[in-house]
Amino acid sequence: MNTFTGALSAVVLRDLRVALRAGGGAGIGVIFFLSLVVIVPFAVGPDMPLLKRIGPAMLWIGALLATLLGLDRIFAADHEDGSLDQLLLSSVPLELIAAAKGFSHWLASGLPLVIVTPLLGLMLGVEPHALATVALTLLVGTPGVTFLGLAAAGLSAALPRGGLLGAVLVLPLAIPLLIFGVVTTNAAIIGEGLGSPFRFLCAISLFFLVLGPVAAAAALRHVRE
Amino acid sequence: MNLGAHAFFILAAYGIAAVTLAALMIWIALDYRVQQRRVRELEERVRKR
Amino acid sequence: MPLIDYANPHRFQRLAARLIPLLGVVSGTLIVLGLATGWVAPADYQQGEMVKVMYIHVPFAWLSLGGYTVMAISALGTLVWRHPLADVSGKAAAQVGAVFCFLCLVTGALWGRPTWGTYWDWDPRLTSVLVLFLLYLGVLALWRAFDDPLRAGRAAAILALVGFINVPIVKFSVDWWNSIHQGASVSKLGAPTIDPSMLYPLLFSALGFFVLFLVLHMALMRNELLRRRARTLRILRAAEAEQ
Repeated sequence: MNTFTGALSAVVLRDLRVALRAGGGAGIGVIFFLSLVVIVPFAVGPDMPLLKRIGPAMLWIGALLATLLGLDRIFAADHEDGSLDQLLLSSVPLELIAAAKGFSHWLASGLPLVIVTPLLGLMLGVEPHALATVALTLLVGTPGVTFLGLAAAGLSAALPRGGLLGAVLVLPLAIPLLIFGVVTTNAAIIGEGLGSPFRFLCAISLFFLVLGPVAAAAALRHVRE
Repeated sequence: MNLGAHAFFILAAYGIAAVTLAALMIWIALDYRVQQRRVRELEERVRKR
Repeated sequence: MPLIDYANPHRFQRLAARLIPLLGVVSGTLIVLGLATGWVAPADYQQGEMVKVMYIHVPFAWLSLGGYTVMAISALGTLVWRHPLADVSGKAAAQVGAVFCFLCLVTGALWGRPTWGTYWDWDPRLTSVLVLFLLYLGVLALWRAFDDPLRAGRAAAILALVGFINVPIVKFSVDWWNSIHQGASVSKLGAPTIDPSMLYPLLFSALGFFVLFLVLHMALMRNELLRRRARTLRILRAAEAEQ
């Protein structure tokens, strides 16, 4: 197990370094998230009561899309330069390697979204006392989305024109996270505490934390040739 | 038979279902002919060697 | 006869050639029987004549779910049992299932317009079927994304299983979502008790459409096997031409 943790942290650190480099994609997700939130009032009007009602929903949709759009990056670069084949040969289980890559992708792309969420929430009229909750739901939910996206990334790793395919595959499956994330936030806005919706959100997210790497590993083994 | 005020919707539902399934069956039948012919032509060319 | 005997494509083609016309006639008879007896039954006291749409809408709903199940079982066949025809079966099930899913949505919308006043309502059942339709579309998109049918088959199988595992989760969350936003969650299309005069026609119709599913599924498998044979021959020819 000791060698595993060494190898896995190497994977995580390397991916982080690549992502944080210029053009690596770490910051663009946040900018996309911000842009989405900004265009919402242009579409629905500067009507604060309305924005308040849809605020949590738009935050979640924005974070969801921002996470999905960077998906194909997870395995594509490694597939192209051949390092994926190296990883396949290593003694570390492919599922753990996939999980490590998912984790570093989340650190670089998902966590920044969570950090800016309170600020964007203010812009959408989310009650200040609920800002922490909405950030919490995204903190719990975005790893679930990312790891679910791992599977889609694995399936489309070898495809030259992956494009939106990964996002299309993941969106229907992410609906439960979206539902419980927004419901939890809305409950917090009206003053209720974290109840069963939050527990369901955690449970589903944890489930994806397992399912994602397993499916991704299967895809990388069987689909790439 | 009097289908009542909503006759349009009943007939539209049945109609769309019938048309869609018929189209699917026709496509399957045509595709069958096309693929069969292709396989036959290719097998002849392989045999001619 | 064990399933492995039909692993041979030629054997399957011969079986299909016999079964498709036979089952086609059976299916047609059952459907006509079911619909005819359904139409002469007295109109439902609540929904009036609109209940006639139930005789096709409900079988379509059942077959949408059934098709996805066949797809998931085929996926297991592809990945776990390595049956040679499993991925062909999965592709066919995806195609037929998607069509029935689409028809379920359309007939549901047409049923809804006179009943609730709007073509679409985010009723939990219709919403779940809509999400199922998206899952179907994802599988079909994945099939189209690969040139090599075998790789496509393995990818689609993985996606089908991931989707299948998630169906209960999605259904649960959609029901929860609907009940939160609409208070009492009585599904508008729910028909908890069906009069026998309507039940038997519905069952005949459902059985007939189920046999139709089998016919279409087999026919699509046959076409796909021919398509693959053509592709293999073409590749062989190109390889020989280079020598």
